[in-house]
Amino acid sequence: MLISPRIPGPEPLAPPRIDTSAAGFTLHGHWTLACMRPHLAALRRILASSSGDLAWDLSGVERLDSFGALLLWRTWGKRYPEMLILPDLLRHAFERIEHPADADSPAAGNKVSRLLARGGQGLLGFLDHLHGMVELIGQVSTELWRLPKHPREIPWLETSAAFYKTGVQALPIAALLGFLIGIVLSYLSALQLQNFGAETFLINILGFGVIRELGPVLVSILVAGRSGSAITAQLGVMRVTEEIDALAAMGVSRHQRLILPKVVALTLVMPLLVAWTSALALVGGALAAKMQLNIDLVSFFERLPSVVPVGNIGIGLGKGAVFGMTIAMIGCHYGLRVKPNTESLSANTTSSVVSSITAVIIIDAIFAVLTRTLGVPR
Amino acid sequence: MSVVELVGVTTRFGRLLVHDHIDLSVHKGDLLALVGGSGEGKTTLLRHIAGLSAPTTGEVKLFGERYDEGSYHVRRLRRQRFGMLFQHGALFSALTVYDNVAFPLRELGGLHEDEVHALVMSRLALVELDPHTAWQMPAQLSGGMVKRAALARALALEPELLLLDEPTAGLDPDRSAGFVRLVRNLHDSLGLTVVFVTHDVDSLLALANRVAVMADRRILACDTPEEIMCLDHAFIDTFFRSLRQRDEPITPWMH
Ligand SMILES: Nc1ncnc2c1ncn2[C@@H]1O[C@H](COP(=O)(O)OP(=O)(O)OP(=O)(O)O)[C@@H](O)[C@H]1O
Ligand SMILES: [Mg+2]
Repeated sequence: MLISPRIPGPEPLAPPRIDTSAAGFTLHGHWTLACMRPHLAALRRILASSSGDLAWDLSGVERLDSFGALLLWRTWGKRYPEMLILPDLLRHAFERIEHPADADSPAAGNKVSRLLARGGQGLLGFLDHLHGMVELIGQVSTELWRLPKHPREIPWLETSAAFYKTGVQALPIAALLGFLIGIVLSYLSALQLQNFGAETFLINILGFGVIRELGPVLVSILVAGRSGSAITAQLGVMRVTEEIDALAAMGVSRHQRLILPKVVALTLVMPLLVAWTSALALVGGALAAKMQLNIDLVSFFERLPSVVPVGNIGIGLGKGAVFGMTIAMIGCHYGLRVKPNTESLSANTTSSVVSSITAVIIIDAIFAVLTRTLGVPR
Repeated sequence: MSVVELVGVTTRFGRLLVHDHIDLSVHKGDLLALVGGSGEGKTTLLRHIAGLSAPTTGEVKLFGERYDEGSYHVRRLRRQRFGMLFQHGALFSALTVYDNVAFPLRELGGLHEDEVHALVMSRLALVELDPHTAWQMPAQLSGGMVKRAALARALALEPELLLLDEPTAGLDPDRSAGFVRLVRNLHDSLGLTVVFVTHDVDSLLALANRVAVMADRRILACDTPEEIMCLDHAFIDTFFRSLRQRDEPITPWMH
């Protein structure tokens, strides 16, 4: 005899019960998944010690669902016992599970072939990425070439919206980031320079470091996390919900309406963000220098142009533009690769951010090599 | 005893009044069809019943209790007693059809994986899905297949109450008839209670033993199909018109 815990609702259901006698088994109560669940282990034990050779009386069963039927069916060895009392109404439940349609999960193959397949998929995946990226660059370039001849189709609205979202809305966080990094950098450098009595070189270090290197890279990492992921997620959801197909069905090019605005906006807005962030980093640095080394703010900014050649600003802003374009392209690339399911959406968003930060750092290294003679004081 | 009890349910979305003091009770063993024009608030009403949303005022009771009544455990048990078919399927897109149907079974716990397998396959057979469909992703299915896979998931636990939002929309007539047979069969052997929203007169007449008509933000009437058809109301007239005209010979409009 089994006692059921209270199932919510005012009406208590009779728990499943099995009475054993020498002649056979008599079943009572509700043989449904919900009612059996609390004492499934006990039921399994009892059923395991019974067999289909004895008599089974199911006439006392109030309800039997296919799980109950399945348990009994397996106890009986997948056939009806010789001596069985089964009300017609309960027979339905057995009919539902008697003839299982079956299909095995797709063949797994052996270990070596799986390893080979994994390797091959990796290679093909890489080629696929390459193909997708080249195609994307091609499509965007074609649009850029085509649009001036069809000025009516230029997506002004989308571009300015992207400009606002990726640029204007990032101003506060970029300012905070730049300002704090400037203070920290200046403070730490000042501590070291004091040891050599080379305090005035702080301006050189800060100027070079921030304008040429740190500003663009910092902003890129910020924008990749902020806007790159947003671009991928937006395009990805549009893939999942078939919105991109809807656009295509209306004859609107997704490259023109969705991708180009983002690429153009990020390319234009990144240099501005870099300028803004670098400026605030320098302000932060100058403040820290004032406090640590007592370098006057005015003289800090007066000396700056004389020790940091102006070409460095060009390099910093140029890098910003290239990084912005890279982030937008990579974001769009991964967004368009999203398969219509949530798992793929999250995987591609992650890849998008990781890839764009990696790409930015690699491009930065290339820049460093190419511009090694530019903007350096002789 | 009432499985579902709505008392004075009023729903507003901002300034839009969707339900205006709706009373409705669904009894054990009912096959209740909920009909009404598009945007009349049928889906919203089903969501109230399932406890996914709450009315602005009024009370919704499921199995005699409010959806927020009882401990976490009790609320969870209550949720396992009904199955819901969403209007657009709402299959988990990251899982295969098999895993979608197995999900509620695995959540319940205590079942062996081979039992889960047998039950999933039997559910798929119930909704007439090919066994091979089990390994496909929801995005690879046709519209009607999504519906049937979602129905298989709603049926996974063979719950006491089924809430079905347009179960036959997107199915061909053969499959609709199959659905009707399936639900009847379950109803007879398990004493299921079913609340289903439908725009399909055929499956309504074949299945429902009660019909609730929603119009003008209220339940206009809730009665047997025969009684409902006799009522004089514009919506009921148009809803059943196709049926009345079917007795007359069909005249092609091209000569
Ligand atoms: N989350 C929501 N926010 C605002 N309004 C909503 C929301 N959900 C539904 N509505 C509105 O409530 C009304 C009823 O919607 P509901 O989806 O319940 O209609 P329905 O009867 O199921 O229609 P259909 O037969 O077309 O499926 C509609 O006017 C809809 O615009
Ligand atoms: Mg609806």
